[in-house]
Amino acid sequence: MTSENKPDNKDLPEGSAVSVVAGVAIAKAEEKAAIEAAAKAAKIEAAKIPKTEPTPIHGNGTAETHPLTWRLKHHQQVLSIDTYESLEGYEGLKKALKMTPAEVQGIVKDAVLRGRGGAGFPAGIKWSLIPMNKEGSPDVGPKYLVCNADEMEPGTFKDRLLMEKLPHQLVEAMILVSYAIGAQTGYIFLRGEYVLAAKNLNSAIYQAKAKGYLGENILDSGHNFDLHVHTGAGRYICGEETALINSLEGRRANPRTKPPFPQISGAWGKPTIVNNVETLCNVPAIIVRGATWFKGLSNGRSGDAGTKIYGASGKVKFPGLWELPIGTSAREILALAGGMQDGLELKCWLPGGASTDFLMPEHLDLAMDFDTIGKAGSRMGTGLLMVVDQTQNIVSAVRNLEEFFARESCGWCTPCRDGLPWAVKLLKGLEQGEGKAEDIDVLLQLTRFLGPGKTFCAHAPGAMEPLQSALKFFRSEFEAGVRATKVDAINHISVIQA
Amino acid sequence: MILKNKARIVTDQQPHINVEAVLTESERAALHDFMHHYPDPRAASLDSLKHVQKRNGWVDDAQVNAIAQVLGISIPDVEGVATFYNRIYRQPVGRHVILLCDSIACFLMGNESLADVFKKQLGIQYGQTTPDGRFTLLPICCLGNCDKAPSLMIDEDTYGLVSRAQVAEVLEQYL
Ligand code: SF4
Ligand code: FES
Repeated sequence: MTSENKPDNKDLPEGSAVSVVAGVAIAKAEEKAAIEAAAKAAKIEAAKIPKTEPTPIHGNGTAETHPLTWRLKHHQQVLSIDTYESLEGYEGLKKALKMTPAEVQGIVKDAVLRGRGGAGFPAGIKWSLIPMNKEGSPDVGPKYLVCNADEMEPGTFKDRLLMEKLPHQLVEAMILVSYAIGAQTGYIFLRGEYVLAAKNLNSAIYQAKAKGYLGENILDSGHNFDLHVHTGAGRYICGEETALINSLEGRRANPRTKPPFPQISGAWGKPTIVNNVETLCNVPAIIVRGATWFKGLSNGRSGDAGTKIYGASGKVKFPGLWELPIGTSAREILALAGGMQDGLELKCWLPGGASTDFLMPEHLDLAMDFDTIGKAGSRMGTGLLMVVDQTQNIVSAVRNLEEFFARESCGWCTPCRDGLPWAVKLLKGLEQGEGKAEDIDVLLQLTRFLGPGKTFCAHAPGAMEPLQSALKFFRSEFEAGVRATKVDAINHISVIQA
Repeated sequence: MILKNKARIVTDQQPHINVEAVLTESERAALHDFMHHYPDPRAASLDSLKHVQKRNGWVDDAQVNAIAQVLGISIPDVEGVATFYNRIYRQPVGRHVILLCDSIACFLMGNESLADVFKKQLGIQYGQTTPDGRFTLLPICCLGNCDKAPSLMIDEDTYGLVSRAQVAEVLEQYL
């Protein structure tokens, strides 16, 4: 175990130790006067930002270069509706309402906006599966738009920022998309722990309603849309699209079989679109500036379009988030994070969450986009790097990852429910130097038995990604956990028995 | 999932329970309000459980029954939800629930040794409540606060960059 390293952040300025404790607590639960609470939250929020934060999330961004975060430049605080409107807010919605839904869908399809939740499926194509009537408008009848705001992928903290600081951006995006797919009801499926995000989103919805952006006959377009924040009560599996729908319906969050796909039969058996927060937040700007502009954002670095909120955590100097052209290399992201903490070297890294394969330092120059990272044998996932330094034993890190997956298995299918705890048991043995030689083979076998196609959903295959890559790159560390005297002991016993 | 409490025999005849005696008027009103958000009352079960849980910190059998009755759905449906989601407690918990993030970014930043300090100062393990009923200690998956790892929540407050030396100071704020 190398977790003896002090969690004290050496890079914090003097005296901040106290301010962190006194100040980090996000708004207290008591429902006092709303204004008082907001002022307090703002104060606390301001104290939370380490003074040494080197690169603001937006760089020196403008609306043209940093569509997701440029508004944060002027306003560290939560954007009110008036400020948001003064910064091109709700422009995308107004423009979209003058087009037909099919036209709106067409622009987003042309922009090739790929899902930012990890899977990378193009949003425009997803929407186009929604049944439409002959005139090219979405069919009448109930349909649902669900925002997947159940951000629980270990190492991922981007949607939290978008919702806490820019709630109107998401609200506008959802109204706009609801028009494009003809949904009358929308839900933001938010994880319960995001208390501040829930508060800010609810007040954004309230403000939007008051201005006629939500409700009946929005801006005289004839379109009606009702938006609710639905907060969850835990369980990582809710992030899986169909499990999320089950959870929304008030059931256990077990995934559903596909087909039928949610676009045809989702929530309450009706056509349903589920999109990630960051994916949705891109839509208003795409409508304002167009598909060609969006595709140009990656600046030739990648075949993918737009920007991406990248980030870094682990023992880097300045963990954080940055909106960058999609396809920026991991090395550049690491540089923005100030590189590794002093005295540490990069051992390996996860490109985007716990369910991605480890990559090595030699992969740092690869473009962080869906296809490039995919070709290197991993997945971009959520695009938030997690770095592992050379003092960290990989067996322990993988044990931690598999404990997470084992606990969060929904328990529906056997390989996942039983295989993951088995992997944890073997890894614990190896971690303590108590492993058996065949344990490594069993682990390898598990990576196949729990691999793609063997389980009901992608949870178990996702869990196998860090394990299989760790076995590939660091096999000797696993071997070091095999108890050296074991074979001797068995020989010894067999001699006695003979 | 195993039911956390005693097994119950399920029949078509749900045990009738006086809802008024179990849920306050404002709780019942809230439940009715939740139902309006969804096309099917069952969907309001999680919101209802969370709301009712606010009163005592956990949900007892009578409350589960009452929720089922108000929503007009079966008790097992409500119980199934209550036992699946880790933030609904079907057993008493302390006045304050500490959720320590134990996912990978916090692990890499030393969350296990931080957890040891919590366990030692409180004299309990994960899943236990202090004898004075003040704290319950639980692990939780990534809090989306990884840039400030190690991270934790107490009730609805999120903390980041917590060092071992700060544990006592953090705990002091919760009586
Ligand atoms: S793979 Fe795991 S999480 Fe997915 S359905 Fe099976 S048991 Fe549930
Ligand atoms: S891993 Fe602990 S907050 Fe993300």
